Amino acid sequence: MNDMRIAERATSVTESKISAKGVQVYYGDTHAIKDVDVEIDDKTVTAFIGPSGCGKSTFLRTLNRMNDTIDICRVQGDILLDGENIYDPKVDPVQLRAKVGMVFQKPNPFPKSIYDNVAYGPRIHGLAKNKADLDDIVEKSLRRGAIWDEVKDRLDAPGTGLSGGQQQRLCIARAVATEPEVLLMDEPCSALDPIATAQVEELIDDLRTKFSVVIVTHSMQQAARVSQKTAFFHLGNLVEFGETGQIFTNPIDPRTEAYITGRIG
Amino acid sequence: MSNHTSLYTVSDNVRRRNAVEKRFRFYGLTAIAIGIVALIVLLSSVLSNGSGAFQQTYVTLSVHLPADKLDKQGNRDPEEMKSVSTFGYSPLIRDAVVARADELGWVMPEGMKPKDMGALISKEAAAQLRNFVLANPEVVGTTIEIEMLANGRVDGYMKGRVDREFALLDSNIDVEQLDLVDLLIEGGNLEKRFNWAFLTSPDASGQRPEAAGLGVAILGSAYMMLVVLFLALPIGVAASIYLEEFAPTNKWTDLIEVNISNLAAVPSIVFGILGLAIFINFAGLPQSAPIVGGLVLTLMTLPTIIIATRASLKSVPPSIRDAALGVGASKMQAVFHHVLPLAAPGILTGTIIGLAQALGETAPLLLIGMVAFVKEYPSMPPEGFFDPASALPVQVFNWTQRADAGFVERASGAIIVLLVFLIIMNAVAVLLRRRFERRW
Amino acid sequence: MPLLWILILVLAIATVGYFAARTRAMATAGGDSRILHSLPNYYGMNAVLSALVPSLAVLALWLIVQPMYLQSHVAGMIPDHVIAEGSSRDLIMSDVRRIASGLNIAVEQGAMSANEASGLRSELTNVRERLAEVGVALGSDVQPEVLAAAQEYRSIAKSGSFFMLIVVLALAVLGAVYAWKRSHKDFRARNIVEKAVLGLLIAAASIAILTTLGIVMSMLMETMNFFSQYEATSFFFGIKWAPDFRGDSALGILPLLWGTLYISLIALLVAVPVGLFAAIYMSEYAGPKLRAVAKPLIEILAGIPTIVYGLFALLTVGPLLRDYFAKPTGLGESADSVLTAGLVMGIMLIPFVSSLSDDIINAVPQSMRDGSLGLGATKSETIRQVIVPAALPGIVGAVLLATSRAIGETMIVVMGAGAAAAQLDKGLAEAINPLEAMTTVTTRIVSQLTGDTDFAAPETLVAFALGLTLFVITLGLNVLALYIVRKYREQYE
Repeated sequence: MNDMRIAERATSVTESKISAKGVQVYYGDTHAIKDVDVEIDDKTVTAFIGPSGCGKSTFLRTLNRMNDTIDICRVQGDILLDGENIYDPKVDPVQLRAKVGMVFQKPNPFPKSIYDNVAYGPRIHGLAKNKADLDDIVEKSLRRGAIWDEVKDRLDAPGTGLSGGQQQRLCIARAVATEPEVLLMDEPCSALDPIATAQVEELIDDLRTKFSVVIVTHSMQQAARVSQKTAFFHLGNLVEFGETGQIFTNPIDPRTEAYITGRIG
Repeated sequence: MSNHTSLYTVSDNVRRRNAVEKRFRFYGLTAIAIGIVALIVLLSSVLSNGSGAFQQTYVTLSVHLPADKLDKQGNRDPEEMKSVSTFGYSPLIRDAVVARADELGWVMPEGMKPKDMGALISKEAAAQLRNFVLANPEVVGTTIEIEMLANGRVDGYMKGRVDREFALLDSNIDVEQLDLVDLLIEGGNLEKRFNWAFLTSPDASGQRPEAAGLGVAILGSAYMMLVVLFLALPIGVAASIYLEEFAPTNKWTDLIEVNISNLAAVPSIVFGILGLAIFINFAGLPQSAPIVGGLVLTLMTLPTIIIATRASLKSVPPSIRDAALGVGASKMQAVFHHVLPLAAPGILTGTIIGLAQALGETAPLLLIGMVAFVKEYPSMPPEGFFDPASALPVQVFNWTQRADAGFVERASGAIIVLLVFLIIMNAVAVLLRRRFERRW
Repeated sequence: MPLLWILILVLAIATVGYFAARTRAMATAGGDSRILHSLPNYYGMNAVLSALVPSLAVLALWLIVQPMYLQSHVAGMIPDHVIAEGSSRDLIMSDVRRIASGLNIAVEQGAMSANEASGLRSELTNVRERLAEVGVALGSDVQPEVLAAAQEYRSIAKSGSFFMLIVVLALAVLGAVYAWKRSHKDFRARNIVEKAVLGLLIAAASIAILTTLGIVMSMLMETMNFFSQYEATSFFFGIKWAPDFRGDSALGILPLLWGTLYISLIALLVAVPVGLFAAIYMSEYAGPKLRAVAKPLIEILAGIPTIVYGLFALLTVGPLLRDYFAKPTGLGESADSVLTAGLVMGIMLIPFVSSLSDDIINAVPQSMRDGSLGLGATKSETIRQVIVPAALPGIVGAVLLATSRAIGETMIVVMGAGAAAAQLDKGLAEAINPLEAMTTVTTRIVSQLTGDTDFAAPETLVAFALGLTLFVITLGLNVLALYIVRKYREQYE
């Protein structure tokens, strides 16, 4: 634990964005998430940590209903986004996912140009009035993804030709282009080298000014570095949830302590 | 956070996109439906056209066999009685029909001749009767009850393929003849039952669809499958073992690989040209012989067997090879003692599927003369491999080329037989796979 | 002596050799198999291979060479004046073979003694009558030269078969004895056997190359022969196809190629959208239940032989199109048409396209789908804008393979497309009428090479040129398609 700089950042604006109550997730007969309650604040980075297979990614995917794509997955309980239940039958997951964007473990740019990758979301959601508008959105998103300077001269080049770190920042730019309110990140740095990881972490910190960010990570250092709130998952249970500083310095639950000191995981 | 829209109200954009989504799904479902409907229409058209071939109408009549006509010498010696050809027998059959009609109170319509009454019986019947008499010479001079094939049109009338409206247009049958058929049905002389002869008897000439059978074709196909099995399986397995287990990566191996994948996609007709040019014109093998068909089909089936065999060899984990080599087996022993037995179910499945493909193949066989009219059964193998024979799919093609409409039913019936064989083979392959499939 | 007996004898020698060699090896080791270099069975196998491989190779070679030698030798015996007007040496030779086999049958049935058969003189005996007695019918009376040739044919065939028997058996015995002599406890039998087996494996693998070589050579020779009688440019650029066995044929390939491509185009117009959409629905939408039912059902279509499709075209689709489409619109009269063949071929290709596309769509990584869905795209948007573009090279490859299938398909067009060549010289409307019968390359190969064929006439030989053209076109498509698909797969591996 040589890198335990705790993010000492103001968490003054604490308006709840997502509120999950009694969430249960089943994969066929497996009970993957057991009765999880969690409040995710706006303009805050919330980190989900825990050993592999603890259900943190599964829970993340319930927040924008990506689990709908898996046939055998069932979700029970309430997940409210701004007070509206996202599992309500009236809710169209397509509309939900425009509000709750997602960045994945492995950079997954589409086999299209850099421009088209970013323009994909705005195009399908009809966000741009005209070509100039779209150009604008693409530039703004790429800037927000902290990759604009590297790619501005080759927007027509295929996104798959970028380096791993650039690809992941492109994917982040792609996600923010649809103007989401929440950004879910599923181990966004696990496939990246340390330098690229640092760039992405810096970017995450910037994104906090505009979005509510939820990040799943297997690296406790990363959670400590980028998040204000941390949730610790173990065997499908939410063991402990609170201020990042408190979780890492003064955990209440013995399991949390065991994990952050490296005895389980 | 006030300017965002509620999740509960679906935006116009999403509504429009969901409509597109629905349409797209509908296209996909339609495509699947088209495929399934095509299958159903295809199979039901074959079934409805061909099921009639498995039923056959037989006429039972008392035929008088006058000694003065059939055995002039009077010593009942079959050798001497052979001098009376089938032309000597057909009047007897005609007379039998006329006699039975009289018994049933038939009033001969104007313009109808006894010849027209005899025409209700198949032309094949005279040969049937002659063979029966030659086999049983003692019946000469007596009257016997004998069952004979009905003419194809009468058969069609019994099955509903031919009716009076049809008869008005057809020169081979007329309405008065059908009246007589009705009378004979009442008299209990006509009977329709399962047609074993369709599966056993040889082909018949163009005017006797009622006598045509698949015997020679089934035998020919079976012979070819034997040749394919005994050549393609060992060669295919040997080639796969070499390529999968021993082949070094060099130009020669690459060349073999490219050749195999290309041969799998070469049009079948090209293999027919190869067979004609190499096996018949160059090597002088006989035309229409199962051996040539078998060789051509072997070359066509090899890629299928090789691809399947290599896949199942590949699925045997390397740890098995390592284990064998580790106890001091040679590489050859490791492959033949351990890898090959474990891959055997997959190889067998691939072989059966390859054979099923070969069984249905038609085009190359046309070029090597299998389309010829063959009435003689080929003899036992291996000599029989060199005798002329037909093959199931070629027999189908052959019958579709005949003028008499009765052959349409036969062709579709032959297709049913072919499909039954294919279903059995594929079912065996599926069962084998289920039974022996091993997941590593 | 029938072939079967030779085979049984050779196998018997090999079996004896197996046990003899095995026993001898064991004897040199004093009955202790641990002293042997190899397992006892390998000594036996060595004997079996030594007995079988050379003798069977010679047997196969002999069976191929003897008829060729007989043919050329005996054909030379027939003087030119015997060959009547309208006949040919080939026809006379088939008479010779028929008489020879007739004499054999006569001797077999005891209708003739062996001496009588070989000493038969056509001046003294009516050979035709004598042979008719044993059931061999001859077309005409036998000329003395032909009879002499037949008797020569018989005697060479007989002594040839006799020598073959001697040589083959001698080789088998020699091989077995040689292996037996070498069976000693220090003899490295396993290494020898394994080398031989490896040789056999290589030989088996090389058959693929031999086949390709055979295909190319057989067609190339006859094609050259054809081009020596018929101008190559008129073949490749001729717009008229009208073969006439009395000579003066027009043998241009363009009308056939047009028919082939037109029918293939219609087939692809049916198969590609239906197959592609079916594959997309199956892999992206269908639940496990629908997939479990629909997938095998569609795959059945792939297992149905083409003759069944041909019959379907002939009996069902053709008459249907003619009665409800062609006749009412006045566009055609015949049941055989481009549309009939194209539609049925399209159905045949549906499972081909769908299973290839299915593989290719499944090769697109799941992360692509997640990426698109995570942005709020609908499934169809994901498919149309991400998956299909990503899979495009693979799909193009699949379509090329399907095209090659369509171009090489034979039975459906033979039974559904008709025999009349496209009339390219009668104007565009005639050439593109889909309800008109239009023949194809494969159809013409079949019709030029079945029935009575004269392998000297350009009308027959043209089939080989057609075949070679077909082979080159399909080969090109296959190589291109396989290349594209392989590149595509590498991209996602």
